[in-house]
Amino acid sequence: MIDYWLPAALILVILIMLAAVRLWIGPTPADRALAVDTVNTLTVAVLILLGVAYRQIIFIDVAIVYALLSFVSTLFIAKYIGGEL
Amino acid sequence: MITDTIVLICLVIGILFNALGVLGLLRFPDVYTRMHATTKATTFGSVFTALAVIIYGGSLYYGTADPQYITLIIHTIIAALALAFTNAVSSHALARAAHKSGIKPAQAVVDRLGEARR
Repeated sequence: MIDYWLPAALILVILIMLAAVRLWIGPTPADRALAVDTVNTLTVAVLILLGVAYRQIIFIDVAIVYALLSFVSTLFIAKYIGGEL
Repeated sequence: MITDTIVLICLVIGILFNALGVLGLLRFPDVYTRMHATTKATTFGSVFTALAVIIYGGSLYYGTADPQYITLIIHTIIAALALAFTNAVSSHALARAAHKSGIKPAQAVVDRLGEARR
């Protein structure tokens, strides 16, 4: 059986770099916040894949906490962009 | 062997939808269409990636009866549920904030939310 978790994680990291291009060139602050949200979602997927690849279940716990904290940070960035903070 | 094929198919579907979401993020003209492409495709792709991990853990538990694979399955399900619920809410908040900060949709002819707020 070939090990296909690490190549999948590598492809997702390349996708994270492509999303960071939009984070760099985004014309409005909402575009940059959306790119950060995309990077957070893909990071959770990469952490799940790495947890299986290295046989460490603690990585998946880190993924849960990262998903919830990035949700809170995105909500606060959205309130700041909307001018309510 | 058959579970290996199923896991690989789920993984390829997940990576393909993630790639389509990032492609939409790079190519679409304004923030609302980018949000439309990115949030749905990336949530679906990440949930399918987690589904591949769940099926893999289930096959390993069926083979070895080791209780650490039950832990793997339950934690991955919790991560996928957290991702599926929080992504929708955060993209909704971002769209509302973008409209409140004055960004107009490109090439749109009606703006019902702006008319209702006026």
